[in-house]
Amino acid sequence: MEAKTKDLWVLVETDQNGGAKNVGLELLNPGRRLAEGQQGKLVAVVIGSRVDEAVKAAQAHGADQIIVVDGPEFARYTTDAYTDTLYALVEKYGPTTLLIGATGNGRDLAPRLSCRLKTGLTADCTGLDIDEQSGNVAWTRPAFGGNLMATILCPDHRPQIGTVRPGVFKKKEPDGSRSAEVIREEIHIPEERLRTRVLDVISELSKELVDLEGAEIIVSGGRGVGGPEGFRTIRELADALGATVGASRAAVDSGWISRSHQVGQSGKTVGPKLYIAAGISGAIQHLVGMNSSDVVVAVNKDPDAPIFGVADYGVVGDLFQVLPALTESVKKRKGLS
Amino acid sequence: MNLLVCVKQVPDTAEIRIDPKTNTLIRSGVPSIVNPFDSYAMEMAARLKDAVPGSRIVVLSMGPEQAKAALKQCLAVGADKAYLISDRAFGGSDTLATSYILSRAIVRVEELEGKFDLIFCGKQAIDGDTAQVGPEIAEHLDYPQVTCAVGLSVEGDTAKVKREAEDDFELLGVKMPCVITVTKLPYEPRYPTVRTKLAANKAEIPTLTSADLTIDLSRVGLKGSPTKVKKTYTAPQKSGGVRIQEESGTDAGKKLFESLCETCAI
Repeated sequence: MEAKTKDLWVLVETDQNGGAKNVGLELLNPGRRLAEGQQGKLVAVVIGSRVDEAVKAAQAHGADQIIVVDGPEFARYTTDAYTDTLYALVEKYGPTTLLIGATGNGRDLAPRLSCRLKTGLTADCTGLDIDEQSGNVAWTRPAFGGNLMATILCPDHRPQIGTVRPGVFKKKEPDGSRSAEVIREEIHIPEERLRTRVLDVISELSKELVDLEGAEIIVSGGRGVGGPEGFRTIRELADALGATVGASRAAVDSGWISRSHQVGQSGKTVGPKLYIAAGISGAIQHLVGMNSSDVVVAVNKDPDAPIFGVADYGVVGDLFQVLPALTESVKKRKGLS
Repeated sequence: MNLLVCVKQVPDTAEIRIDPKTNTLIRSGVPSIVNPFDSYAMEMAARLKDAVPGSRIVVLSMGPEQAKAALKQCLAVGADKAYLISDRAFGGSDTLATSYILSRAIVRVEELEGKFDLIFCGKQAIDGDTAQVGPEIAEHLDYPQVTCAVGLSVEGDTAKVKREAEDDFELLGVKMPCVITVTKLPYEPRYPTVRTKLAANKAEIPTLTSADLTIDLSRVGLKGSPTKVKKTYTAPQKSGGVRIQEESGTDAGKKLFESLCETCAI
C-alpha cells in the first residue's frame, strides 16, 4: 500500500493493568529521531483494555499523537484481535514506518500484519537509522547467532516495519508537562473472528521474574562459576551492589540457574551502567546481549578469553578470590557512609 | 491425523567462527544440521502421531538438493513422507517470499497427501533468527496460529496448545487446521535407530519446482522480496580496556574496587 503520511508509528504494548510495557516507551526515543528524519509525526499506538496509564506514559515519553483502541477483547493479546485492529489502523492512516517491540507477542503479531499488508519486515533489530542515500529506515540486526550484523532496507513497500529488541534503546526521562493529541478509535472484533482462545494462564514458579532489562548493575556468571553453589558468590556481590544476577547460556543450560537470568542472543539484551561478567568466556552469542553496557568488567582466569575484547576493566584471576574481595570493599564503604 | 512439519537445513551457527584477518564468516567445514527448533517441531508431531493411531507425518523443506539430508533425518525419526521444494527462481527470497512459496507448496502437497490438520514449524531458524516464516505461512493460508508452543493435545477439532508467553504460559484453544511454531521443549527429540536410518536413506524424496506449483513468480526470489540486504558486517569490538592482574585474586579485587570508584561506576 501507499503511505498516506510521513508519520512514524510505535506500537506501545500494554500489560494486564493497562500500563505501558517498557519496550514501547524505549522505542519512542529512537522513534523521535527517525520521525524527524522522515519529516513526520511520532505517533504512539496503544491497544489494550483500560489503557489510560499507557496513554499518559506515551505522552510523557514523547509521542506527538496517540491512537487509542480500548476494549475488553484486547485485555490479553491474541493474534487475531491485534492483527485485525492494527491492520485497520494502518489502512486508515497509512504511516510510513512502524516499530514494534520484539517481545513474544510483538514477534507473533508483526509477521502476521506485514504479510497481510504485503510489505517488508525486519526482525529483532538492534540498530535503527535513516539510510542517507534513499531516506528509508536502515534496520540493523544480528544474524548467524550474532556472528554477523546485517543492515536491511525496505525501499518500495509501505509501511516499512521492524521489530526491535527490548533493552537496546533507553527510555527518555518522562516529561509530565508534555501534551499530545489523543485519537480514540472505536474498533471491536466480532467473537467469531477470534480463532484462538486463552483457556488458562499458567504462572510457573520456575519462571521467576528477573528484571534484567531495567537493571542499572548486572553481575553475571558463566561456566567458570562451576556449579549452582558458585552462584552464591555472584549473588553476594550482586546484593552488595544492589545489582541483578545474570548468567550466560552455558550456566543456564547446565541447570545452575533459571533461564530468566540468561543474557545473550537467546536470552535478554541488557544495557546497564555496569556489567560484571564473571567466569564468562564471551561467546559472540553472549556479547551481542550485553555490549551496549556503559562499563563492562570481565573477571576470568584465561587471559585470552574473548570477553576481554569488550571489557573496560579486565581482571585476570580467580573469580572466587576477586569477587569476594570486591564484595568486602563495597560493604565496607557502605558501612562507612 | 494428517500432520505437516516444515524444516530448514541450516549451518550449525555454534560452529561458525570469524576469520580475524578478513573479518568475515568462515563457512567452510561448518556442519549442516536440521534447524534445532524444527527438530522440536518434528518431535512434537511425532508424539502426537504416537498418541493418535492412524496419524501420518509429511515433512517439507525448501532448499538445494543437499537439503534432502535434513529431510532424511526427519524420515528416520517419525516422518512418513518428504518433499523438497527447489528452484533457482526461489533463491534470494526474504521471509515474505519464502512463506508465500511454502504456502503454495503446502496447497500442492495437500492435493497429493490430503488436507493437513496441523502444520508445525520451528519457532525460528538459527541462521536468520527471524521467527517470521511460520506466522506468515499461517497468514497466506488464512489459518490461525500459535507461536512458541511447548505443549500440545488434541480434543475433537480443537488443538490445545501451551504457549510460552513473556512472563507466564498460556493455554490456548484453537480450531484446526492451524499453524503451530515450536520452541525448545522440556524434552529432547528422539534418536533414529539403525533400522529407521537405513529405511530413510532408501526413501525417495520428490522435488517440487515452480512448474509444479500454482504460483505468481513475481512474488518470489530477490525481485519478489520487499526487504533488501544493504550490507553485512561482523560486529565491531571494543579495544583498549584496562587490564588488572595482581599477585593474588584478592588484591585484584581491591584494585578493581578502586578503579570502579574512581570512574564512579559504583
